[in-house]
Amino acid sequence: MKPIILQGHERSLTQIVFNAEGDLLFTASKDKIVNAWYTSNGERLGTYNGHNGSVWTVACDSQTRYLLTGAADSTMKLWEVSTGKCLKTWEFLTAVTRVAWSEDDEMALCITEQRTGQPSVIRTFAINLADPAASSSTPLKEIILSGSKATCALWAPLSEHILTGHESGKIAKYDAKTGEEVNAVHESHRANITDIQLSPDGTYFITSSKDKTARIFDSDTLEEMKVFATETPLNSACITPLRPYIILGGGQDAMNVTTTSSRAGKFESRFWHKLFEEEVGRVKGHFGPINTLACHPQGRAYASGAEDGFVRVHWFDESYFRSRPFGDLEPEVEV
Amino acid sequence: MVNPDLSAFSEEDQRDIEAELQEGYAEIEEKYAVDTQQGFENVLVVDNVPLVNESKKDKLIERLRQTFAKAGAPIDEDRVNMPWEGDSNKGFLFLTYPDGAEAEHALRVIDGASFGKNVLHVNRFGDIERFANLPIGEGELPAGWREKAFIEKDHLRSWLGDVAGRDQYITFRDQEVNLWWNGRNGTAEAVKDTDGKPIKNQKWGELYLQWSPLGTHLASLHRVGVALWSGPKLDGPIGVNVLRFTHPGVRLIQFSPCENYLVTWSEEPLGNFENHANAALRETFGPDDEGNQFVIWDVKTQRVLRTFAADQSAQAEGRPQQAWPIFRFSPDDAYVARAQVGSAIQIYELPGMGLLDKKSVKIEGVQDFEWCPMSEKDWANRKAGKGRECMLAYWTPEAQNQPARVNLMAIPSRTVLRSKNLFNVTDCKFYWQNQGDFLCVKVDRHARKAKTKKATFCNLELFRLREKDYPVEVIEHKDYVPTFAWEPSGNRFAIVSTNDPNFGQNVPGAIIKYTVSFYQLDPKKGDFAPIKHLEGKVANTLMWSPRGRHIVLASMGSSQKFDIEFYDLDFTLADTDKREVAEPGANVQQLAIGEHYGVTEISWDPSGRYLASCASSWRSTPEPGFTIWDFKGQQLVHQSQDKFKQFVWRPRPPTLLSKDTQRKIRKELKDFSRQFDEDDAAEENRGSAEKLAQRQREIAEWDAWRARNNARLAEAREALGKELKHAAAGEQEQVSEWVEELIGEETELV
Repeated sequence: MKPIILQGHERSLTQIVFNAEGDLLFTASKDKIVNAWYTSNGERLGTYNGHNGSVWTVACDSQTRYLLTGAADSTMKLWEVSTGKCLKTWEFLTAVTRVAWSEDDEMALCITEQRTGQPSVIRTFAINLADPAASSSTPLKEIILSGSKATCALWAPLSEHILTGHESGKIAKYDAKTGEEVNAVHESHRANITDIQLSPDGTYFITSSKDKTARIFDSDTLEEMKVFATETPLNSACITPLRPYIILGGGQDAMNVTTTSSRAGKFESRFWHKLFEEEVGRVKGHFGPINTLACHPQGRAYASGAEDGFVRVHWFDESYFRSRPFGDLEPEVEV
Repeated sequence: MVNPDLSAFSEEDQRDIEAELQEGYAEIEEKYAVDTQQGFENVLVVDNVPLVNESKKDKLIERLRQTFAKAGAPIDEDRVNMPWEGDSNKGFLFLTYPDGAEAEHALRVIDGASFGKNVLHVNRFGDIERFANLPIGEGELPAGWREKAFIEKDHLRSWLGDVAGRDQYITFRDQEVNLWWNGRNGTAEAVKDTDGKPIKNQKWGELYLQWSPLGTHLASLHRVGVALWSGPKLDGPIGVNVLRFTHPGVRLIQFSPCENYLVTWSEEPLGNFENHANAALRETFGPDDEGNQFVIWDVKTQRVLRTFAADQSAQAEGRPQQAWPIFRFSPDDAYVARAQVGSAIQIYELPGMGLLDKKSVKIEGVQDFEWCPMSEKDWANRKAGKGRECMLAYWTPEAQNQPARVNLMAIPSRTVLRSKNLFNVTDCKFYWQNQGDFLCVKVDRHARKAKTKKATFCNLELFRLREKDYPVEVIEHKDYVPTFAWEPSGNRFAIVSTNDPNFGQNVPGAIIKYTVSFYQLDPKKGDFAPIKHLEGKVANTLMWSPRGRHIVLASMGSSQKFDIEFYDLDFTLADTDKREVAEPGANVQQLAIGEHYGVTEISWDPSGRYLASCASSWRSTPEPGFTIWDFKGQQLVHQSQDKFKQFVWRPRPPTLLSKDTQRKIRKELKDFSRQFDEDDAAEENRGSAEKLAQRQREIAEWDAWRARNNARLAEAREALGKELKHAAAGEQEQVSEWVEELIGEETELV
């Protein structure tokens, strides 16, 4: 499995996402730009210039028409994918740390950072798909979080609820219309939730945390289904369609990296069996902690973005699809 | 008492006089009370005298008088009185010394003296009366006596009865201690008690854990003291299967080789516990123990035998502290000794903890010593009442035209068996072969005219203890030898040597290269000869398998290299073959090289089948955890666990099978192993079947849950009238790519 290395950022990666077809990859970085790449050969399609601070988050709609980004300059921007034009900007008082599209692309959500005097807020917006520039600047709903701040969020299937991960390790579910907390799990993760990603069919989601574990939860009941315990703080986790695996990434905190060799840093992507909770393999390559992982929507590839400023796109070999590490046992395949 | 007529006095006066008289009598009685000791203070009673008949009477008295005189309390013949009954003496005699002071002195020197096989007991004549009249009658118990019901101990060695002959190990992670069976190919199974529950104890995870040398007790250290756990459950009634030794602040412990005694050391000196709230402290330690840091315990009775203060002189003179263990037990638990660096070795007899022959062994300048271990044969001889004495080796440095010297001394006779002079010595280390057959003294030497006494090369002085006059062979090594190790029960040894200038300099990033050499005793020539040199190794640690033959070389303490190399020294030989081959070095074969990132400790299991390497978070390793390898270097298990602290194999006592039985088993191994192979195969099937079932269950649960959720989601979606817009799955998008290639460039001049 020879990786395609994308060298286009000058600073560490913050979030990467595939589009729905998996032919494009969007990468957000602290160097204030967002890049779009062809996944098949690693050629750069274009750059989205305009943010004036570290871009923390990026999200692509299901038709690959519009791109949402959030940055440390306290704005959320909506871009046209094909032209790189910024169509609309929402301005807030604090940095935007996470954006997400709803299932039908008609709504978006964003999380703004907590700061002295400013609570962490989740806002939802209606997006006018015909003319995004005409979308309303007033949020549909503002959910002001009183407890631990939210670090990541996504829309539950059907877009009636929002699933969030918090700094305290809390996983919560909010009603998107009323803004009420419907359900919450406090006891699962013990530390900061770093990433949250939905399964292909939306019935469950995976969370990664600094407590060195990743967990799978039922997106309806928030019941904890699986636990994957590793020996390193985790920054990201994703679920592979086609094969029953999950991919975990992380490593020593960036501030400690210089004191440890790249061996000790544990900067590998780890493949775990989703059902048996056992590690099946690792992919090396980065020389900094992996900050973000994304899997090809059809399960043909995965990409990792790291503190070292590189994105590595790995197309799976035939052997990946053929291998049966646990014998003939094979759970039902999800696409 | 005469009642005087008091009627002449008034009533009041009468009372006064009566009181006065009463008082007076009491005073007088006290004054003239007969002291049973008085008048006899010069008389002693000597007990435990041998019984003889008339004919030997004079001889006995003569011999006794000699003994007394030798002890320093001579007595005239007419002052000895031996009571006689029938045709035999009564077993005791009276000594009348000229005065009390002399008798006191005699009491001190004669009491406990040995007379032939007997030990003489001496008492004051007056005391005999007093002891006879103690207020407690026969069969009565003194006040304050607490009756304790007898509780039978659980079997202390039940773990040896495992059908599969597995060994146990302990893993200690964070606060959690687990006990495991090490199964075939690294399969771990939790050790369960009779009720089928895994053995676990919250209390174990306080400080650290240690097994007793024969594996009977698990010692757990706590802030208040040490607890020993034994029996099949490693738990039970206190004082039976759980033994407690109260010693506040205990940091280090050491068992005697036969597990009879325990030494504990605490950083904080014992306080005055006379009025302490804790009854255990009040009862265990007396006023004499105050300020002491070492405690020697009898394990079975849980009683203090003696306490010792730390060696203050070392601190005062700025010498480094002696390395633990400071108290060293002889292999038969008969003596415990410690070096008074520079002046003497103090040898105490156990369990009395009195100095051997009441005086320490004065050795000017003594630095260090080590007891000689005993082989099985030595034990058999000892039981039969013959065989050699205990032995210890010690060394003294050069001083005033006197060469440095290594001596072998027999204990208790204190005869020096062998002495060897050494020159230009920086330090000496003793390495006894575990059977006591050989002793290697590794002599770190410095150049003759060197300014600093930093050791730059080494001599190996090899003593052969089973031969007459203890011949010594010297191997001069021109490089420094940091590590030496005997093959257990064998006649080979391995050394690590280096001439790297960076050695000992702590140069960051420098990888020091070592040479590992193997030596073997040539049976024909009778001396040790090198059989193999392995050069350019980074390994600095040697670890022989407890069964010999296999050795592991490991790189430890480096921040870059973590190799573990497995060697077989008899690669082409069968177990039964004699090793007398022309070229023994040809059989040294590397089996495998493994790597355990961040390893801090390695240890063989007691059977020599498995090796565990452990990375302990106590030693600030980058990746705490442990790995189990088989002796061939195959990695069986690797576990990375955050906050992993300790991995300890449970030791085994020596086998109880006789030599003949062992030989028989070895001969019929093929028959046995057929049975074992079948068992192993069955076990494997069962194990994988269990796992398979478990996985099938997991899949079934997952699929059922997903089907349920999917159905619900689809229903809800339909109710909302929404439809999922998915990218067309299945059809692969064909990506074609145009690649332009510049084939060549030509510049034409027009």
